[in-house]
Amino acid sequence: MVPTEINGEEVIPFKGIGKHKPTGRKYAPPIPTVLDYPEDGNKVVGSLKEALKKCGLSDGMTISTHHHLRNGDLVSNTIFDAAKEMGVKDLVWFPSASFPCNEPIMVYLEDGTVNRIEGSMNGPLGRFVSQGKMKGTAVLRSHGGRAQAIQDGEVKIDIAVLAAPSSDLFGNANALSGPSACGVLGYATTDFLYADRVIVITDNLVDFPNMPMEIQGNYVDFVVVVDKIGIPERIVSGTTQITKSPDRLLIAELTADFLQESEILKDGCYMQAGAGGTSLAIGHYLHQILKEKGWKSKLGFGGSTKYMVQMLEEGTMEHIMDAQAFDLDAVASIANNKNHHQYPVFNAYNFHSKGNLTSMMDIMILGATEVDVNFNGNVATHSDGYLLHGIGGWQNCLHAKNVILPIPLFRDRISVIKDEVTTICGPGEMIDIIVTERGIAINPRRKDLIEKMKNSSLPIKTIEELKAEAEAICGPAQKPNISDEVVAAIKWVDGTVIDVVRKVID
Amino acid sequence: MSNKIANAGNIGKKVRSDCYVTLELKDSGGIVINQKSKVQVLYGDSNNELCKDVLSFFGIENAILTLEDRGALPLVIAARIEAAIKTLIDTDKEYLLDFIDENNYTSEKEQFRFSRLYLPGNSPSMMLNAGIHEPNGIILDLEDSVAYNKKTEAQHLVRNALRGINFYGAERMVRINQFPKGLEDLKYLIPHNVHMLLVPKCEGADQIKQLEKKIVELKSQHKVTHSIFLMPIIESALGVEKAFEIATASENVVALAIGLEDYTADLGTRRTNEATESFYARSRMVNACKAAGIQAIDSVFSDVGDMEALKANVKVSKGLGFEGMGCIHPRQIKVIHESFAPEAAAIDKAMKIVNAFIIATEKGLGVVSLGTKMIDPPVVKRAEKTINLAISLGLISENWREDFLNEQAG
Repeated sequence: MVPTEINGEEVIPFKGIGKHKPTGRKYAPPIPTVLDYPEDGNKVVGSLKEALKKCGLSDGMTISTHHHLRNGDLVSNTIFDAAKEMGVKDLVWFPSASFPCNEPIMVYLEDGTVNRIEGSMNGPLGRFVSQGKMKGTAVLRSHGGRAQAIQDGEVKIDIAVLAAPSSDLFGNANALSGPSACGVLGYATTDFLYADRVIVITDNLVDFPNMPMEIQGNYVDFVVVVDKIGIPERIVSGTTQITKSPDRLLIAELTADFLQESEILKDGCYMQAGAGGTSLAIGHYLHQILKEKGWKSKLGFGGSTKYMVQMLEEGTMEHIMDAQAFDLDAVASIANNKNHHQYPVFNAYNFHSKGNLTSMMDIMILGATEVDVNFNGNVATHSDGYLLHGIGGWQNCLHAKNVILPIPLFRDRISVIKDEVTTICGPGEMIDIIVTERGIAINPRRKDLIEKMKNSSLPIKTIEELKAEAEAICGPAQKPNISDEVVAAIKWVDGTVIDVVRKVID
Repeated sequence: MSNKIANAGNIGKKVRSDCYVTLELKDSGGIVINQKSKVQVLYGDSNNELCKDVLSFFGIENAILTLEDRGALPLVIAARIEAAIKTLIDTDKEYLLDFIDENNYTSEKEQFRFSRLYLPGNSPSMMLNAGIHEPNGIILDLEDSVAYNKKTEAQHLVRNALRGINFYGAERMVRINQFPKGLEDLKYLIPHNVHMLLVPKCEGADQIKQLEKKIVELKSQHKVTHSIFLMPIIESALGVEKAFEIATASENVVALAIGLEDYTADLGTRRTNEATESFYARSRMVNACKAAGIQAIDSVFSDVGDMEALKANVKVSKGLGFEGMGCIHPRQIKVIHESFAPEAAAIDKAMKIVNAFIIATEKGLGVVSLGTKMIDPPVVKRAEKTINLAISLGLISENWREDFLNEQAG
């Protein structure tokens, strides 16, 4: 059972897919007037601390950031350095995701500067939370769920601090140039539209007007110029690489074969895959099949990589719509190729949009740390109970027509298929196909696919058979030692609580 | 017996599915187990139990055992502890985990041996998934890929792997060490359904005879009844000269393989992609094999990144008369199978033979004939294999006979 109160606020437990429909009007920030802003348009102030002061930073406020600088982010931590100096307490950090580089924030979680993080948590921060060390309860949302929470007023952002690879003095900003160029700033869209106050922070102040203005200066309160907002080699990986692991390549090959045989792959299809080594290999195989058949994918949804760019350039993909760029080739392509479009997740994933790109996708390749015999999926915790990953766009992407999870049957002796997942992040109704190196399981709800593949030479098995196979190899596992104390809530795309994460006892 | 310490296994951040054990025998203090495992939360207790069980099996009552585990399976942990124990204690006892049912199958002399995948005998992570890539054979290597001071632990690991790791139908092969070490390897292999032994640096029939004698001894001791085949590896100038003698040294020699790295070194030359330096050796060996009625198997192709070059290499190899090749990476298997795949004419002939066999069986005839020619049972068997292979490669359909009969009728 999930609790009905988190961090002192009432929450609604998950009701089922499509069962919860918030009503009323969208949340709106306060009305500004031009009278409060300089007539010459120059909003530059001396330091982040000064900007925070001018924004009225005080106890209990919610501070938002985006994660386009990924593990090279030099901005987020400095917000809390400044807050600490100002003696402010109990802040809520509301990032679109956090990375190992944000580990220093643990100090501020310990000393009370920060009460909690509401956002995807990776690595050390996830571990910290799992051990029950965070004062408040973490709230994990999908990328779309974050937009939903902002739009329906579940989360009110007091100050958005938005790192920008280039900005002019008015706050018009984009990510196409400058030492920290990261291609797009799509995750910041909801933040600049809905936050009470918006600070743009850049290491590349350019002449007015900075075009295109992905962040529009008329939503921006202050501009701060610093030496460096990011470490380029940690922002985008110079190269994203197809896996070299023979086992993962086998999984990728099985996935591509399945998509071809089941005719899910077809001329004109819409597809999306991640930037992991296995996903890239699948993309590579699909690219070959499309080329052979003389077909093209009408649309690929990013995060994009050089492999997707290659498809665009070789004509097996007509358009790329992109929420983020994973490597330098992708960043360059966004800047140069007219068919490579910026498209924020705000539009693609958001529950409160008037239509949703993800439900239009034919092929959706996703990962998972665990799935269970009912096809429920987990991406947030490991089988040992620790919270170690964010949800990202995963929940939103489950709405696609065909959701495929290519995953190894076990990792380091830990079976991926369980009787029950440690944490439910996505309901089994939405996951269609599990592809492992030892066989492919089709969700029994997909009678059409089962019928279509009944004479296939591919190793189609039931999920129970796959589970038994993994257990025979790995041996029976003991139960992790987990207490009743809730340390994190997992939100569904509509804002209800689908599951919670509980404290791990070492 | 104070202060006796032994180690076994592998350690390091990149090590997976393996562990490192340090065993210190004591005079008192009972059994102390210090475990640090990557999967402690899920397998800490069962690992502990296993450690205690192995120690007690060998009658050890006082010891400190440190287990640094990187997700090793029980069969790996047990092998590591047993190896550590045996460096300290002289014993013939063996700690054997269950022999899994999936590994209860035999191989045959006439089996296709297009691909054989080499795996280092002391690296468990590669063994677990080797079979899913469907090589014709999997070789657990005790020779060159295992460091001299790791031979004992590799013997135990390979033994446990033969028992507990699913080979998924691949022929179960082990490359033993050069003699005399290679003869000591046998007791870890013969009782555990090894199908085929690869004999390195083979230079004469006497080596094979010496080996056979030891195998016969162990087979009777362990009541093993199935054949244990041999694939001697020719890796020297002398070996090449003695190829026919080796090929005919025993009825269990079903194939010869050539090892070109050592051979070219022996010639005092270098291995090139064109391979002109080994043309004589390869042709000579192929000829010896054909004369002896056994398979000729080519060396490995070491550039694992270049599938086009591999393809070209296999074509040449097949053209010279080779019937198989070694692999050092699972991605090579598919390319090798496709390149060694039977040609249309061979498939056609096989279909005729199998068809004749089916008709003869239906009619209750004891003799299969095709036209005026009698067909021996091994030829039928081989034809069936060609057909199965053609089906598995997607060259003909599973219901090929319908099409075949229709075509004949039409």
